[in-house]
Amino acid sequence: MTESPQLAPSPLDPASRDALAELLLSVADDEFVIGFWDSEWTGIAPMLEEDVATSSIAQDEIGHAKALYEMLAELIGNDADAIAYGRDADAFRHAALLNHARGDWAFSAARRYLYETADAVRLEALARSSDPSLAALAGKMRREETYHMLHADAWLRRLSEGDGEGRDRFSAALVSLWADAQEVFAPLAAEEELVRSGLLTEPMRAMHAAWQTQVRPILEPICGALPQHTPSLDGRTRRTDDFRWLHAEFTSVHRSEAGAQW
Amino acid sequence: MVTAVTRDAREQHVWEALAQIPDPEIPAISLVDLGVIGSVAFDADRLRVDVLPTFIGCPAVDVMRQQVGDRLRELGVARDVEVKVSYIPPWTSERITPAGRERLRLSGFAPPHSGPLSAAGAGLDELTMLSIAECPYCGSRNTTLENPFGPTLCRAIYHCAGCNQPFEQMKRV
Repeated sequence: MTESPQLAPSPLDPASRDALAELLLSVADDEFVIGFWDSEWTGIAPMLEEDVATSSIAQDEIGHAKALYEMLAELIGNDADAIAYGRDADAFRHAALLNHARGDWAFSAARRYLYETADAVRLEALARSSDPSLAALAGKMRREETYHMLHADAWLRRLSEGDGEGRDRFSAALVSLWADAQEVFAPLAAEEELVRSGLLTEPMRAMHAAWQTQVRPILEPICGALPQHTPSLDGRTRRTDDFRWLHAEFTSVHRSEAGAQW
Repeated sequence: MVTAVTRDAREQHVWEALAQIPDPEIPAISLVDLGVIGSVAFDADRLRVDVLPTFIGCPAVDVMRQQVGDRLRELGVARDVEVKVSYIPPWTSERITPAGRERLRLSGFAPPHSGPLSAAGAGLDELTMLSIAECPYCGSRNTTLENPFGPTLCRAIYHCAGCNQPFEQMKRV
């Protein structure tokens, strides 16, 4: 991860640059952390096809994170590896949805559905960003994420259309993750600046509303009425012991071998 | 497909050299036929080449960049050679040339479906309704998608009921 992707020289003023940096970090950390949780299924997924699928999806997500960290590194004059592997657990800015260990297969499938649908709403907005490099990358990510959505949707149907333990576990996982799923749309400190400059085409609360309109009619027939939650100010700063464990895992090579490359 | 643009002799020389570089994962197809060379541009004696990853997380991209850089420096057509990863334009499976599609088939990979995709990428319907792949071994279209995820990010796994063989398809994206 030593080379940066092609980017037009950034004409951004310092306020816009800092705002864009916050936005990039939040999306990159989401993709990075869910990618590592998915990779935990490699070798132990319930069937061979899912072993391949979750590994491939994990590789996509970590690839997206890499591209975003490289864009961020160029913007702020840092090194992408240092951002990805050199930070303390508390400096990560992923949504609280991604704080939980992978759980059982139903839990992972429920989280993936919640994340994929939320991420799709966000990517649609990012593809219209006033930053041409971010817009291009988001557009490319959307094409790949279509396959992830197909996978998440297939598992939602498979686990919810029958009766019995699968549906019960899936439904319970949706209910337990619902509040933290809202935090994908947690307000950013620099959001006003992001919207003013067009880096973000709409505020997080608008995306949050769009996402709920889309997923409630699909989820509520499975798990009953879901409560209303407003994304919280600490939705991207709360950390858990589960995440601290994962962080220790994914930084272990970097800590044991300084300068190791991807 | 690479857009037809007027190329001067020097650019033509570079494109010809790039057409000799095999894809690191499927060596039967060149980087040019795969459509991953986005642009070749000279600024006086500086050369800039954009490489478009097939998938963002493709681990072969660094190898491609290295091979392109090494080959073009050997060529001696520019004082500086810069090879950059770019997403402008995005690589799509439509960029594979007709010759490239044939080479994929000959090496046992069904080429991706052709035809325009919506701007956002393949929608679910486009992927599921159009996912018939022609078996590269026997030509049968009596095939089924086994797994949209395969051994690399860009490949899906199919089964052919005609010759009873599994095969891979390069994904539409």
